[in-house]
Amino acid sequence: MTTEATALVELDDVSKYYGNIRALEGVSLEVRAGEISCVLGDNGAGKSTLIKIVAGLHRHDAGTFRIEGEEVTLANPRDALDRGIATVYQDLAVVPLMPVWRNFFLGSEPTKGSGPFKRLDVDLMRSTTREALLRMGIDLRDVDQPIGTLSGGERQCVAIARAVHFGAKVLVLDEPTAALGVKQSGVVLKYVAAARDQGLGVVLITHNPHHAYLVGDRFVLLKRGVMAASHTKDSVTLDELTRQMAGGSELEDLRHELERPTGP
Amino acid sequence: MSSTAPSSDGVDHVDERLLRTTPLKKLLARPELGSVVGAIAVFVFFAVVADGFLKPSSLGTVLYAASTIGIMAVPVSLLMIGGEFDLSAGVMVTSSALVSSMFSYQMTANVWVGVGVSLLVTLAIGVFNGFMLTRTKLPSFIITLGTFLMLTGLNLGLTKLISGTVSTKSIADMEGFSSARKLFASEVTIGGVELEVTILWWFGLVALATWILLRTRFGNWIFAVGGGADAARAVGVPVYRTKIGLYMGVAFCAWISGQHLLFSFDVVQSGEGVGNELIYIIAAVIGGCLITGGYGSAIGSAVGALIFGMTSKGIVYAEWNPDWFKFFLGAMLLLATLLNAWIRKRVEATK
Repeated sequence: MTTEATALVELDDVSKYYGNIRALEGVSLEVRAGEISCVLGDNGAGKSTLIKIVAGLHRHDAGTFRIEGEEVTLANPRDALDRGIATVYQDLAVVPLMPVWRNFFLGSEPTKGSGPFKRLDVDLMRSTTREALLRMGIDLRDVDQPIGTLSGGERQCVAIARAVHFGAKVLVLDEPTAALGVKQSGVVLKYVAAARDQGLGVVLITHNPHHAYLVGDRFVLLKRGVMAASHTKDSVTLDELTRQMAGGSELEDLRHELERPTGP
Repeated sequence: MSSTAPSSDGVDHVDERLLRTTPLKKLLARPELGSVVGAIAVFVFFAVVADGFLKPSSLGTVLYAASTIGIMAVPVSLLMIGGEFDLSAGVMVTSSALVSSMFSYQMTANVWVGVGVSLLVTLAIGVFNGFMLTRTKLPSFIITLGTFLMLTGLNLGLTKLISGTVSTKSIADMEGFSSARKLFASEVTIGGVELEVTILWWFGLVALATWILLRTRFGNWIFAVGGGADAARAVGVPVYRTKIGLYMGVAFCAWISGQHLLFSFDVVQSGEGVGNELIYIIAAVIGGCLITGGYGSAIGSAVGALIFGMTSKGIVYAEWNPDWFKFFLGAMLLLATLLNAWIRKRVEATK
């Protein structure tokens, strides 16, 4: 591991407490360029806390957090963004009533002209939006439509394309497939892979081991705030991952309980 | 089909995912559409029932009535797109006029000094509104209701304390009065029609606001803070600064209105302005501003103000009882809001 380039993001034995609640304890995570690290866990396992630390919304209480080898404590989301960590939340941080191209550049609008004539470079914004989306394989016919009229999967893809376009090195995705159907999930995963192929490090938060195994290179399993397991792709099978994710023996019990008596 | 998207915007190849983008549909998506239809209806109506409504001089009168509302409806609509209200906008106009008048009268010999001081004071009120809002995170309804009541009290109290009566002393004989009057309350003749200078202010402000809204970063942020403040913050939009800027815009226009109020006469009644804040909001809403923010236009507010002007003066030209004005206004407001709600539903529907 030491011979490779330093990891883009490296969490080592990180813990986070809210008052007397142990939200996260001793979690380690590694994100490398061109790889997808999956964080798996059931509801309340600490996935959200973990990404909030990486995204700069919360500060960790113990352990070390390194970005490209440098130990950091992020002050706020802007700080994380400046260091190349872009987070796509479940609510996607888009403004539904605004057109796609305005959303795409929101907060980082390009301008032309100077003084009182400084204005948005609307043509550039429109064409860049279209091109950036096309590069990700998203063919959006009309960048003028309000982003609220897109489907959940499409919006997710726009948010990913936006992060990629603005030079993110690490992309943190919070349950990108949670609310989507099978086909839409596939589309989103394709764009996640496209981002990876462009050399980004990706953190994929999910509770779906099937989705994770399809694209992931590393897997971290969280359970009730602690790290239950950590695998690389070649050290684990989908069945094993699913079994661990679903609680292993618990699942066995469940199957027995649900089993239907066979035969007449 | 997908990899070879039509590159030109003009003549489109038919994309199977694109069902219906007729020009009519595009027009329907404009925020000010409802108000334009309404304005045409009102215009035709009064053109038929009211003698003299179509005379050029009547046009000037109608536009003047519209402009006094419109100057304030512009920043109020921007603020509303940004997701906030300003209930203090009406009395702020009076405050601005009072400060200008009384400072000139008491402290100096030149009205321009008062005009300048008034600008600073009014902007400070706007900053106060915005600062309180972003600091306390209370609804703007509460914050500006507080400012509204405080200003109402201050207007009356301070004027009585300083002038001894409820109105200010005349400043007509002071230095600079005529030049200030030229700027804020004169008439210009364009094409044989005598127009109040406020009409020019109004048109100028609408153009400026439209430019800001559609072609500047700040405009993009206005839509964003109104349409989704959390999302805007997450991508780095300075939400608080944007809102404070919007309140300063309201204050700036209140200053213009206030100076007009002062210089079209030469005294100011300290009790004026109460209730006008709602008229500004109604003009903005009729013009297509979504009451929850994130959607609307400055031109819409102008059309809303024009409907106001046409109705209030049209009723006079038709020699009706002006009591009907309020009824008519209420009906327009309801219709406009219903139309807006329908648009929002269409826009936000996710397939």
